[in-house]
Amino acid sequence: MRDLYPGYDVLAKRHTPSWNEQTREVIDRRLTIARSDHRFFTEEEWATLCAICERIVPQRAEKQGFVPVAALVDNKLHTDDREGYRDAHLPKMQEAWRRGIAALNDEAQARCGAPFHELAGAEQDELLSAAACGELKCAGWKGMPSDAFFHRRVLSDVVSAYYSHPTAWNEIGWGGPASPRGYVRMDFNRRDAWEAAEAYPGHEEQARQENLRAGR
Amino acid sequence: MRDGEARENRRPSDDPMRRPRAIHGRAPDVFRLGAWVPMRQFGEDEEVDFAIVGTGAGGGTLACKLAEAGFSVVAFDAGPYWRPLEDFASDETAQSKLYWTDERIVDGENPLQLGSNNSGKSVGGSTVHFAMVSLRFRPEWFKSRTLLGYGADWPLDWREMWTYYEEVEQALKIAGPITYPWGPKRPRYPYRAHELNAAAKVLARGAEALGISWTETPLATISAPRGASPPCVYRGFCTLGCSTNAKQSVLITWLPRALHAGAEIRDLAMVGQIETNGADRVTGVHYHRDCEWHFQRAKNVVVAGYAIETPRLLLMSATSRFPDGLANSSGLVGKNLMVQGNQAVWGIMDDEIRSYKGPPSLAITEHWNYEDKGKDFHGGYAYMSQGPLPVLWARTLAGSRGLWGEALLNEMQRYNHSVGLKVVSEYMPQERNRVTLTDEKDQYGLPIPRVTYSWCDNDKRMNRHALAFMRRALEAAGAREIWDQEDDTCHLNGTARMGFDPRTSVVDGDCRSWDIPNLWICDGSVFPTVGGVNPSLTIQAIACRTADRIKALAARGDLEVRSKDRQLV
Ligand SMILES: Cc1cc2nc3c(=O)[nH]c(=O)nc-3n(C[C@H](O)[C@H](O)[C@H](O)COP(=O)(O)OP(=O)(O)OC[C@H]3O[C@@H](n4cnc5c(N)ncnc54)[C@H](O)[C@@H]3O)c2cc1C
Ligand code: SF4
Repeated sequence: MRDLYPGYDVLAKRHTPSWNEQTREVIDRRLTIARSDHRFFTEEEWATLCAICERIVPQRAEKQGFVPVAALVDNKLHTDDREGYRDAHLPKMQEAWRRGIAALNDEAQARCGAPFHELAGAEQDELLSAAACGELKCAGWKGMPSDAFFHRRVLSDVVSAYYSHPTAWNEIGWGGPASPRGYVRMDFNRRDAWEAAEAYPGHEEQARQENLRAGR
Repeated sequence: MRDGEARENRRPSDDPMRRPRAIHGRAPDVFRLGAWVPMRQFGEDEEVDFAIVGTGAGGGTLACKLAEAGFSVVAFDAGPYWRPLEDFASDETAQSKLYWTDERIVDGENPLQLGSNNSGKSVGGSTVHFAMVSLRFRPEWFKSRTLLGYGADWPLDWREMWTYYEEVEQALKIAGPITYPWGPKRPRYPYRAHELNAAAKVLARGAEALGISWTETPLATISAPRGASPPCVYRGFCTLGCSTNAKQSVLITWLPRALHAGAEIRDLAMVGQIETNGADRVTGVHYHRDCEWHFQRAKNVVVAGYAIETPRLLLMSATSRFPDGLANSSGLVGKNLMVQGNQAVWGIMDDEIRSYKGPPSLAITEHWNYEDKGKDFHGGYAYMSQGPLPVLWARTLAGSRGLWGEALLNEMQRYNHSVGLKVVSEYMPQERNRVTLTDEKDQYGLPIPRVTYSWCDNDKRMNRHALAFMRRALEAAGAREIWDQEDDTCHLNGTARMGFDPRTSVVDGDCRSWDIPNLWICDGSVFPTVGGVNPSLTIQAIACRTADRIKALAARGDLEVRSKDRQLV
């Protein structure tokens, strides 16, 4: 991942007309969730979840800001915030996660003799890929297909959590919240002053200067 | 717009998801911060003319039209009564509060992805978060069996529907082109078309390169001020609720009119059962509000809960006299569920597209709805430009393309250069696609529904045709690295189809159930076929027509009983 929108910070627009009070309220609440917060998962499950999240949305040490993605997933499970439908092969969301995490650990023990979070990244990826193809079938799954768990729960919940965070919005140069002020320039290669400027090779500094102005 | 006011940071102190707002003789004024409008209220023992279940495109429109015709109306909705200016944040995650997220089980060969993309739980129904695309059916679709050789005929005449479409387009001040490229002549749209964003211009380029017509999409968001609604500000959060009231949803169009005409709206009121008596008439509805079950008496009940909740309620209301559920002598309640194809092609442009700006579908082509040559399938499709926001886009890349890890993060960084075309296509009615009840219970203690869906060969052929054609169009427009999103579907229809014969349909052309003369169904459920356009304009047009039919039936004394000759219509 590159620093494609240097200096751009959606949060700098917090007090501009792009944000209204109800938006500040919900984003503020999300930002209070800290990296180690967890209420739903046990310590052991939590270590596994953190390892899974690191494989699905890897976050390098040097990158700006950190998305507390595991904590956001935990929060979704703690509040049992469901999406309104369930694959007939899956149990309810909370049960699916507990069972899936336990099963992944069983698989890790059986294959590599250690819990999932202690495996090397490549080994973890291998296990997750096997889950994605529905190849994992140990007793711990209790009949839950590993591919359904991987696609409908792991990918869906982890990825949604990551891209609900302003840090992730900065990485992709999205305009972010937009009400009451929306946008005016909609054509190809047109950008309002409050949108992120992309750093084209050789023009990084110019992009940075423009991005620092987005919140004015 | 009351800009200064809107920025005053007023937040409502009540929680509309916990406590009803439409009480004490008043309902929220959706246009003014913290304000109320007077609302007539009816006693539960008062036998109202119509109890309507659901206040979306079907129920909300009908409530307005019946109240304006002088009937007494109580409209129930399980969802909250939002104040868009105060309650709607610019945030994908927080706004999932608009969706129907009560548990549903999905199965079949192609299990549906419900939730966000399918139905809402709000006063105003799914139109509170719909994408505002407002299209008319192709006339032949109303007689697709006779004229085109597939599906089933509707007991409605397209010319009559044409006048009701016009009524709805005027009521919503649809913004659209001056001349529409396809189908019989239609009046110019009430408001001028919206400016195109880059994503829409990509659609236009591709269509022109392939020699087919395209146009600005007729949209239910205004392009100039209207009453208390300001013009659209192109913020692009339309499918998460419009926080400015530019979007002409049922919540801010038909329902204020309904209240003004004396209708009562009961928010956070989940109807769990329709009561019937020994004479096989409905007598009212049992509903859950404020932690208790209540009963409202009514002379007529209209079910308008959309194509999953409508059959669910009819099935849940089974009695010893109607052991298979109400209005179900044909055995068709819950069957013939039709979604629409929502496949897409996506690619990358060197240009910055930034499709998050503006309503998501500003340009459209209905070419393959009106051209029948060169198809190896029945039915048609339209396709439109798209504008997914980050969470939806990331889920699409992860879910449909299987990306995760660095691959996902890198692809997400091309968000501002990504562009796509998405189809709305006509799937065939099949009895095996259906809504049934499970043994699991929801928070009200009611059985949760199971939704079973599988594509037929025709559906698959259409998917392939649409994907291949859109790929050519996107390529011609200059996109590269094109990939197909094969799994998405949208909209819900069927499950209580209208028809000519009690043996093969659930309701007649007036949306009246064949079995019980004072039970009506008026929502997306009544469609015998879906066509290749988004359904809400047709649902609202049918509701307007139903109101006129009810007026006519009442005037000649036919509301209480179905006169013999009506069965022969
Ligand atoms: C994301 C999205 C985008 C869309 N975009 C478009 C578009 O661009 N153009 C278009 O034409 N269509 C679009 N649609 C589809 C359109 O919104 C629906 O087809 C239409 O609203 C359906 O109307 P309806 O009256 O059948 O149901 P709804 O509008 O869904 O209304 C049903 C209401 O009934 C309530 N209800 C259900 N059961 C009960 C019960 N038992 N008791 C009390 N209340 C109950 C629900 O809470 C809901 O409010 C979109 C839908 C979605 C979800
Ligand atoms: S783009 Fe227009 S219609 Fe959509 S949410 Fe914004 S103001 Fe409303």
